[in-house]
Amino acid sequence: MDTVDIVIVLAKAVAAFALLMVVTVLLVWAERKIVADMQNRLGPMRAGPFGILQTVADGLKLFFKEQITPAKSDVAIYLLAPLLAVVPAFLMFLVVPIGRPFNVTLGGQIREISLQAMDLNIGLLYILAISSVAVYAVVLAGWSSGSKYPLLGGVRATAQAISYEAAMGLALVALVVYASISDATADTLSVARIVELQQGTYATAGGSGILNTLAGFVPRWNIIPQFVAFGVFAVAAVAETNRAPFDLVEAEQEIVGGFHTEYSGMRFAMFFLAEYINMFTMSAIAVSLFLGGWSGPFLDSIGGFGATILSLVYFFAKVFVLLFMFIWLRASLPRLRYDQLMQLGWKRLIPTALVWLVASTLVVAWRQFGAPWA
Amino acid sequence: MGVIGDLAKGMAVTWGQMVQTIFGKGLVTTQYPKEMREKPQRFHGRHVLNRYPDGMEKCIGCELCAGACPARCIYVRGKENPPDEPVSPGERFGFVYEINMLRCIFCALCVEACPTEAITMTQLFEMSTGNRGDAIYTKDELLVGVDGTPNHMFPDDPLADIGELAKADGWMRATASQGRVAYEGIPGWTPSAGVGLRPPEPGQDRSIETDRDPAQDEEE
Repeated sequence: MDTVDIVIVLAKAVAAFALLMVVTVLLVWAERKIVADMQNRLGPMRAGPFGILQTVADGLKLFFKEQITPAKSDVAIYLLAPLLAVVPAFLMFLVVPIGRPFNVTLGGQIREISLQAMDLNIGLLYILAISSVAVYAVVLAGWSSGSKYPLLGGVRATAQAISYEAAMGLALVALVVYASISDATADTLSVARIVELQQGTYATAGGSGILNTLAGFVPRWNIIPQFVAFGVFAVAAVAETNRAPFDLVEAEQEIVGGFHTEYSGMRFAMFFLAEYINMFTMSAIAVSLFLGGWSGPFLDSIGGFGATILSLVYFFAKVFVLLFMFIWLRASLPRLRYDQLMQLGWKRLIPTALVWLVASTLVVAWRQFGAPWA
Repeated sequence: MGVIGDLAKGMAVTWGQMVQTIFGKGLVTTQYPKEMREKPQRFHGRHVLNRYPDGMEKCIGCELCAGACPARCIYVRGKENPPDEPVSPGERFGFVYEINMLRCIFCALCVEACPTEAITMTQLFEMSTGNRGDAIYTKDELLVGVDGTPNHMFPDDPLADIGELAKADGWMRATASQGRVAYEGIPGWTPSAGVGLRPPEPGQDRSIETDRDPAQDEEE
């Protein structure tokens, strides 16, 4: 690893940071506009064309607001919690490849630049680990505020995180086992590798017949064989990001603002930022793992840097569809009751994920090693 | 499938509403300062004190409006008309006339009480002020101009809609207007805010309009 490599990694980190900030600004605006449309309203109209600068205006406002520290709060943890929310949100995004790698000559040698800050061979474990850390932000914010509503929010976060992280993990295990069909020796915990395995279509090479032709139009996405895992992951992802209908931790109508009741100014803005980055990151992860990531038609025929640009378009289009689902859910569904949340998590999602894991592992083992009696 | 079905049903509703709104249907928002909504004909906005077409004030300082006011927000003090330069056609005129808009409940009982139709209501509703003192409207604010145009509180404001002030309330008591026998039992429409006769409302007898000949009134 020479100096150029270090510069590249630093540049990628800065680019990822900038991308997430821009995405957050646009996402908050898009959410307000879409929800407004679904409620026969106009949404933000004044700041910039179609109110697109509304988030910037809101951010500036929060920047100049007084930051209150409650007298009974546990100050050190109270101040730490917003940071603990934002930092994992940024970190989680680093392993997601957003586009096709391209080659460039730098420092006298050809280098392959992957559009991913760091390709960890344990990417999925990393995602699960960091997303667990992010939960601490909510829990600690609730418990350190020295106030009853944040405490309730924190307690809810504890229960919710445990219930849904288990289901999410099990869904991902099923996916990883399935991914090892294509290449048993590959790093199927690496997000970039999983995306690469989803290139192309379901048509068999050298195959013939009408079915094979039809399969040539079906992209080789993991969602098709692993649709149950995707369903479990999607529900768990909404719960993990504390979005409606699983937003029990903030539940404005019941517990004021939940864990962030006592936060104001930039500290509140950090929780807000973290929520939207998490939304984007969860969508990006779901796209990479189940929807083929940046893959799409015509990439190989174009090749080079043009293909990279096109792959970015594919990636963001897919992510936007999932983000729209997030917003659509929020505009449509009422919040779950606490017991309903627990029931869905423990009695539906985890058993489903377990059964699916066993079933899909059996199928994979059968295909890999042949029938047990053979 | 029950839960999934219900879920899909709910999502379909929001989707439908979104598509509808994008195509401009069902949108209920008005861009308020830029575009004004049409207000009901009998909208109770702020009051005005009217004049006769010759410029005389209609108010005779009788204080009946102040007596009728359930919120006790009107203060009137009458004064003898100066003989050489009368302000109103009667013996007295409203020398001091104040309405505390913070107390007013816009019931229009003052309008009903007024024997000369001096006080009527407009459709103007933008009455926010920076301090309480400004909320007490005096004769300066209430009295219409000689041409019958009501006073606007902020005529220089770019958002002020001067034309709207002309839509003053033309509604009158359903009795003999100004004590004239010819109007007994006939709901009358009179010029208010000096902007001329208004057409009868839907459901009103159109012949009333033609019945009312000012020249004939003079003869009685």
